[in-house]
Amino acid sequence: MKVDLTVNGKDVTADVEDRMLLVHFLRDEANLTATNVGCDTTSCGACTVLLDGESVKSCTVLAAQASGHEVTTLEGLARDGEMHPVQRAFHNEHGLQCGFCTPGMVMAIVSLLKENPHPTEDQVRQGLEGNLCRCTGYHNIVRAALAAADEEKVTA
Amino acid sequence: MSILGTRVIRTEDPRLLTAGGVYCDDLRSPELDRAARVTFVRSPVAHARITGIDTSAAVSEPGVVAVLTVQDMTDLAPPPPDDGSGGGGGEAPMPLGGPWAEPLLAVDTVRFVGEPVAVVITDGRYQGEDAADLVSVDYDLLPAVVGPEAALTGESLLFPAAGSNVPVTKQASADDTPFDACEVVVEQAIVNQRLACMPLEGRATAAAFENGKLTVWHSSQNAQLCRMILCGVLGLPPEQIRVIVPDVGGGFGAKVGIDRDAIIVAWAARKTGRALRWTETRSENLVGMTQGRAQLHHIKIGGNRDGKIGAYRIDVIQDSGAYSRMGGFLPMLTCLMAPGVYDIPEVQAGYRAVVTNATPISAYRGAGRPEAAATVERAVDLFAAEIGMDPAEVRRRNFIAPDQFPFQTKTGALYDSGRYADALDKVLAGAGYEELRKEQERRRASGDVRQLGIGISTYVEITAADGAAGETAKLEVSDDGTATVFTGSSPHGQGHYTAWAMLVQEELGIPMDKVTVVHGDTDLVPVGVGTYASRSLQLGGSAVYKAAVEVKDEARRQAADMLEAAEADVVLETATGQWQVRGDPDAALSWGQVAGHASGGSLIADVSFTADLPTFPFGAHISVVEVDTETGKVTLLRHVTVDDAGPVLNPVLAEGQRHGGIAQGAAQALLEEVLYDADGNPLTSTLADYAAITAAELPSYELLVSETPTTVNPLGVKGIGEAGTIGATPAIQNAVIDAVAHLGVRHIDMPTTPQRVWTAINEAQKASNQ
Repeated sequence: MKVDLTVNGKDVTADVEDRMLLVHFLRDEANLTATNVGCDTTSCGACTVLLDGESVKSCTVLAAQASGHEVTTLEGLARDGEMHPVQRAFHNEHGLQCGFCTPGMVMAIVSLLKENPHPTEDQVRQGLEGNLCRCTGYHNIVRAALAAADEEKVTA
Repeated sequence: MSILGTRVIRTEDPRLLTAGGVYCDDLRSPELDRAARVTFVRSPVAHARITGIDTSAAVSEPGVVAVLTVQDMTDLAPPPPDDGSGGGGGEAPMPLGGPWAEPLLAVDTVRFVGEPVAVVITDGRYQGEDAADLVSVDYDLLPAVVGPEAALTGESLLFPAAGSNVPVTKQASADDTPFDACEVVVEQAIVNQRLACMPLEGRATAAAFENGKLTVWHSSQNAQLCRMILCGVLGLPPEQIRVIVPDVGGGFGAKVGIDRDAIIVAWAARKTGRALRWTETRSENLVGMTQGRAQLHHIKIGGNRDGKIGAYRIDVIQDSGAYSRMGGFLPMLTCLMAPGVYDIPEVQAGYRAVVTNATPISAYRGAGRPEAAATVERAVDLFAAEIGMDPAEVRRRNFIAPDQFPFQTKTGALYDSGRYADALDKVLAGAGYEELRKEQERRRASGDVRQLGIGISTYVEITAADGAAGETAKLEVSDDGTATVFTGSSPHGQGHYTAWAMLVQEELGIPMDKVTVVHGDTDLVPVGVGTYASRSLQLGGSAVYKAAVEVKDEARRQAADMLEAAEADVVLETATGQWQVRGDPDAALSWGQVAGHASGGSLIADVSFTADLPTFPFGAHISVVEVDTETGKVTLLRHVTVDDAGPVLNPVLAEGQRHGGIAQGAAQALLEEVLYDADGNPLTSTLADYAAITAAELPSYELLVSETPTTVNPLGVKGIGEAGTIGATPAIQNAVIDAVAHLGVRHIDMPTTPQRVWTAINEAQKASNQ
């Protein structure tokens, strides 16, 4: 079937199998490979992207369901070569090691801070329950989320 | 000012944060343009004879390129005949051969759920799963051996030709005399449960065979070892195989070398002439990737009421899973490190490695040492509880003292340096131990539903145990003033690119942003060992340092020639990266100028660094938990650590390693466990079932600083990568038990799930009411 998505502001149209997952559409059709697949049970959050501004796990959305909608992936986050505050905070706080969970983790935090711009540490931890990281022990990811919230507060 | 020891954020990150890494499945190399997908047909049963495989229905499915079984492996040399030599001994981390040998695709028997039986090659991503479902395999079920104790009965044998399920045995002394002389003796069975390594990126491989050369892209911790293994299996010389390790999404020991599944992919690429990709699903990963730990310990500890421990015995049963990938290596390390930081006059440590119908066991972050630390720290707490002494005090009375180093342990380790009492004192002060005990007393006295537990561990570990294998570094400074490091080490999250560039800047004054690091490509780095066993900085980093010193020596000769000065008068100003005659900055030469003067227009040092001895990092952890005595639920409130691995090159990176290890230790202590049913069916083969730890179950960690250098390498450093799983696990387990000790609970096995804790409390109460 034909699907038509706006991905990171660009129109992407393709003829795909009905059962194609959004994450595979992003990787194979839009050729955007930052979004990773870490499980097959919607548990790990590595594939988190924004669908019309809301975070979704793109392994649990069909490309067809996203047709006509806007998707933002990690690649679409920076503006004019400037990293998004969440990306910058991940860099400054050493919020990533192997980097595999990072795209999903960053998108989840972008969404979390949109809903709750000034979260407590506990709210960040609860909010990230659906995103697994095996390297960082989450310590610096949580710090990055809190630092990004602070930075957005300053720049707002 | 020295850059070493300063907080430098990673050079790796901007790319990973804006474009994402290039992991194996992300590769868009031209050779892989038309790559077909590999899907494995895996055994759905734990133990069976294969009586027939029918691929006809699958072959006729749309998009199917080929369906291959062991019958198609006619181009491979058969495994060497069983000469009887593969059956025992084997303390090296090598797969056992002989009657225990592991095939590529299953031959006539399957021995664990997930064992590869056939491969389906398809053009499209989803066609593979459709076609794999149509491969019909007839299984004649055999009794499954589930768990190490069942293996020991020998009622069902995985390898009948071997005559037992016990490939490797090292008998411990069973002399009870030292225990008879003790006032108090405690015995306990302790489970160190099977864990999934679970890097976020599972196993992934791509392969292309073109013009007689096989290129294999593989998510691995060491490209060079992969190539060596592939050469052996495929019968190709090294120059006909190139292994490229792209970005790797975590390894934790499970990506050392190359698994049979990935070797099959490489073989199939040559066989079919098609470029191939294989990226396993998480469900495959949780049955197919090697797992860790899986030891059962029986311990006996004896001592006197003054707190002195007189004797310690540990008997290890190592569940190796269906195939012994590491021989007796893991339990050997457990036995080597059995007495930990304590000077115990009598230590008896022995093991049996057994095979069971489960996923093979291999290294997982710590690999044999977390098991040793978990059990000796539990044993010390059991002993302390028995004599009614504070566990911190018992530890203090048994530590190896600073003036005893280098210290030869009863199990054969030679500890290089350590200040164990200092580490304990520091962590006790940092945690506010006395206040915590008072708070605990208050809650106990008031019968609070939420009881406080305080757990201590003091540990020592062995890192770079294979220091004699060393590591390589080639450093090239070009006439444009840039430097390139070719390292045999193999980062997968640790931050080598940042660390190696810091070493070059420190030594040569070439700024970090002019230093490029290359790794994981056997065409560019033909010789290398890789990243595992907390070896990278002390071996790979020392090699970079050694190469930098050699480059500097050659540069000095070149600069002296150019400046027409004696070598002794020529100095490098590392602050500016300029060569000059001492006291004459006006005639300074840049690195580019000096390199341009050398023959070939560059300065090159190609070195290998080896260490004569391993190093022994140490530390102390305190964990504070709250246990809800009505539900058994444990909440980890605080975790405070001292982890001493010598001088720290970059605190940002070292802290990151500690954080990650603590979380994996907490995961083992609190939540994670690979489970099988009575027939050997895995019960935890998805992330919906395997309780991988999340941010919501962890606190922020409190890290304290301690740096005791070693003399084993020029940087004075020890390994830090595995400190967390070794130190944190027992502290957290001890904390959970400490929280309910006043209710009569003596021991709770890991993971200390609500059900286990609740059951322990209730059984203790029943016992006290009788």
